[in-house]
Amino acid sequence: MSTTPVAKFAIERVQYLDPTGKPLTKNLPDFAKDKDLLRSMYRNMVRLRTFDAKAYALQRTGNMGTYPASLGQEAIGIGYGTALKKEDVLVPYYRSTGGLLMHGVSMLEIFLYWGGDERGSDFKVAREDFPIAVPIATQCLHATGVATALKYRKQQRAVVTEIGEGGTSEGDFYEAINVAGIWNLGVVFFINNNQWAISVPSEIQTNCETYAQKGIAAGIESIQVDGNDILAVYDVSKKALEKARAGKGATLIEAVSYRLCDHTTADDASRYRSKDELEKGWDSEPVKRLRAYLESLKAWSDADEEALQKELAAEIEAAVHAYKTFPAPKPEDMFDTLFAELPKHIQQQRAEAIARGAKHVGGHH
Amino acid sequence: MAAITLIEAVNLALAHELKRDNDVVVLGEDVGVNGGVFRATNGLAQKFGKDRVIDTPLAESMIAGLAIGMAAQGMKPVAEMQFEAFMMPAYDMIYNHMARMRLRTRGRITLPMVIRAPWGGGIHAPEHHSDSPEAQCAHIPGLKVVIPSNPSRAYGLLLAAIRDPDPVLFFEPKRVYRIVKHEIEDNGEEYPLGTCFVDREGTDITLVSWGAMMHETLIAADKLKLEGISAEVIDVATISPLDIDTILESVAKTGRLCIVCEAPRSGSWASEIAAQVAENGLFNLLAPIGRVTGYDTTMPYYKLEKQFMPSVDRILEEARRLLEYK
Ligand SMILES: Cc1ncc(C[n+]2csc(CCOP(=O)(O)OP(=O)(O)O)c2C)c(N)n1
Repeated sequence: MSTTPVAKFAIERVQYLDPTGKPLTKNLPDFAKDKDLLRSMYRNMVRLRTFDAKAYALQRTGNMGTYPASLGQEAIGIGYGTALKKEDVLVPYYRSTGGLLMHGVSMLEIFLYWGGDERGSDFKVAREDFPIAVPIATQCLHATGVATALKYRKQQRAVVTEIGEGGTSEGDFYEAINVAGIWNLGVVFFINNNQWAISVPSEIQTNCETYAQKGIAAGIESIQVDGNDILAVYDVSKKALEKARAGKGATLIEAVSYRLCDHTTADDASRYRSKDELEKGWDSEPVKRLRAYLESLKAWSDADEEALQKELAAEIEAAVHAYKTFPAPKPEDMFDTLFAELPKHIQQQRAEAIARGAKHVGGHH
Repeated sequence: MAAITLIEAVNLALAHELKRDNDVVVLGEDVGVNGGVFRATNGLAQKFGKDRVIDTPLAESMIAGLAIGMAAQGMKPVAEMQFEAFMMPAYDMIYNHMARMRLRTRGRITLPMVIRAPWGGGIHAPEHHSDSPEAQCAHIPGLKVVIPSNPSRAYGLLLAAIRDPDPVLFFEPKRVYRIVKHEIEDNGEEYPLGTCFVDREGTDITLVSWGAMMHETLIAADKLKLEGISAEVIDVATISPLDIDTILESVAKTGRLCIVCEAPRSGSWASEIAAQVAENGLFNLLAPIGRVTGYDTTMPYYKLEKQFMPSVDRILEEARRLLEYK
């Protein structure tokens, strides 16, 4: 019997700050001294957290539909989002609120989307970004398609897509990383490993030690980062995006984090997850960690925090107001973007729907 | 005997079969510890163990393919797809394999399996959580497609589906999961597949529907009654194989047919029923066949779902229109 040695593999794990915000190494990357950048990352994480809290409140008061928060995972979307350039393309999943906000999608649009209004997917700024993918893992293949087009047209732009760790069990995920490897596509796959796929923990999802190693079989560079350490997330994202723009291929990044909230507003995590585990989860959360580091640099104070909270509260209230006063969708909205030109038989249905809609009274929310 | 909801009736039928037959297993995403996102499998893992009520990785094609393999060995897997639209990754398995295995092997390999999924709109869910794909499934030869409209039928029809020697897709109208309660005796008595239920007898018009829309249809029949119109109401229940005879008999009596469903109109199962009645019962008709359905557009995000789905008023309007023909 003979064997063919293929490769030995190990997964690099990147982490710069410990859970208390202390540097783990003297060789922090240069940007770790850029106070403006750090303050901006902090600001954006808090912005996302505040947005989530408001979205929850809107859902609980019957003003919005089901919503998946990012509580505890803010460093992922804000981390890669900070590394995104305007001309890059984001192909999100439903928990990519952080990435979307960073790429110019407005709070109003995100409220509208989860409020059951199609206009929330018509991004005013991020015109080439995909709408949120609710079916799991399908976005990974769309991202490879976008990357193929960018490569074909020889454009120096990157594509980022995000998926939960549970989603990496789907065939679409494997198909996407496989083709990204073969064609050396400029796509970055971000695995948001928040430990739980609704009620299903990693033991049931995979027999691998890491999710990152799935990329090895696809022949693409695969890294794990502490997903609660935004310095680490930003660092690997920036490198992976630069590599993608330079035509040097795909990267798979597993960001290890923890979901501090329910899966969505429709879920009750206490049915399957222990209180102890959740409490422990709070020990390594990302916002507190960066704040401690900022404070150690004398780059953040209680006064800064107060000012930030005030500013964000005002921004979010304005977005909520815009959402609540947004004109109701009209029956014809069901039809008007279905085709470039609406087929005749559907034009009749459109007219019917409008006539019936006129009889419908009732507010927007 | 306690009154239970449709979702509890599903749970009761699953528990009954798990207990009765060791070859029955339940599998899917979140069906174990969590008891399913709608709680259809609530408590079953605790009662029957993790080998019988299996939490799987998140992969629908895998779930269907796995169930096909198990069923080929004579087990009776009951797989859950978390929402009807997430069955689509498993469509290759369903269409190309599950539906054809018996035929391809000349009966050597058979698949006594069920795929269950919450189905339909009207619960303010996010997008891709409100579709009604029964027609595209019923279009596949070799599959049975069942949609119960109330708790008793959910219990009796699910038992029949699990015991059926062939694959069955069992779609549960999620909008009415918790709306109506029936007193159900857990006696293991099944309802026949492939048979419509006549819920109201009438002489002036036949109203045909299935799933959640049965509720609007029954309300419409009650309102018509107040106007002195006698509507016969039929719950199709088994979409495929379709019991056209019951519908034809009714149309022979009433002369008018109005079909109600929440899927987009073109190519819907309402279209199939209309075609069969036109083929075999045309000369009994006093009026054209009416269809009250969703529009030929994608199920909208929930702000507009009410405008998409048939309402009692729409059914009444159509029924009155058909009654104008003398
Ligand atoms: C194809 C498909 N199957 C099932 C679902 C239902 N569903 C929504 S979220 C979810 C769990 C996802 O977990 P994970 O991928 O780990 O991401 P997370 O939500 O934890 O960020 C499931 C099963 C879906 N949306 N799409």
